[in-house]
Amino acid sequence: MAVDTQFHVLAVDDSIVDRKLIERLLTTSSFHVTAVDSGTKALELLGLQGNETRDSHHHDHHQDAEVNLIITDYCMPGMTGYDLLRKIKESESLKDIPVVIMSSENIPARINRCLEEGAEEFFLKPVRLSDVDKLKPHLIRSKSKVQYSLDNKISSYEIHDEVF
Amino acid sequence: MDVVQMLQRQFIDYMNSLYSEYYLDDQFNQLQKLADESSPDFVIEVVTLFFQDSEKLLENLSKALEQPVVDFNQVANHAHQFKGSSSSIGAHRVKNQCVKFRAYCEEKNREGCLACLQELQQEYIVLKKKFEILFQLEQDIVQKGGIVPTKD
Repeated sequence: MAVDTQFHVLAVDDSIVDRKLIERLLTTSSFHVTAVDSGTKALELLGLQGNETRDSHHHDHHQDAEVNLIITDYCMPGMTGYDLLRKIKESESLKDIPVVIMSSENIPARINRCLEEGAEEFFLKPVRLSDVDKLKPHLIRSKSKVQYSLDNKISSYEIHDEVF
Repeated sequence: MDVVQMLQRQFIDYMNSLYSEYYLDDQFNQLQKLADESSPDFVIEVVTLFFQDSEKLLENLSKALEQPVVDFNQVANHAHQFKGSSSSIGAHRVKNQCVKFRAYCEEKNREGCLACLQELQQEYIVLKKKFEILFQLEQDIVQKGGIVPTKD
């Protein structure tokens, strides 16, 4: 039985040229990539549509498509990369997914805002292979974090039962 | 020198001139490094996407500047997008031309923007032609059984 050890990266960018480039950079670095052109599409793929819906059938140990890292452009029409970052960090099921922001503009205030909101890294465009190399540590760390929180979730369900 | 060697020499000289005349910068070299056996046509694919995207952006810029009341935010957005894509493939001169739009947009200077657009269209046409020559040289080399020289 083959275990999929490849990390799955969701890339978000409204520019078709940049999507092609980031896709190639990530594939070259042995990541499995899904590229979408908007924050809205990204949220759909992640299983969040507008307000988070959680019904009793949805065991949220898996997102609809398991994503290990999200890399998004900052400047996009409609939902910016920052908006997307916030939505992800506000979501119970998604907040532990590392998010990386890309931007063509080197604006310290922008960079700080993103890092404060929980972005792991901020890459200046054009993104290079040396940038993509920085992603692996975030992925490995988050995989073990997810495992830890899963273990803890089991015990918190038990406590819940006692309360009721 | 046989035909292949001659073509390879031509290719190297042409590539060097594109860099020395700033049509291309190091980002293009980065793109070439990303092509390999599994993705041999990567550079042509990206550049082709760039052509399609650019032509759309040039049309958008043109239309935006033709409006009776020009929305300079829109113009700035299109120029910013074009700046991004040209920067991503290493199209140095085109990128620099896109940067010039910003000041004119902030001043809400229609004439300035139009002059800028004209120069941008020129730069784009020249670059496109140069790419076509470059890709043709590559094709000729491969067809004659040779290997396309790489930088480094």
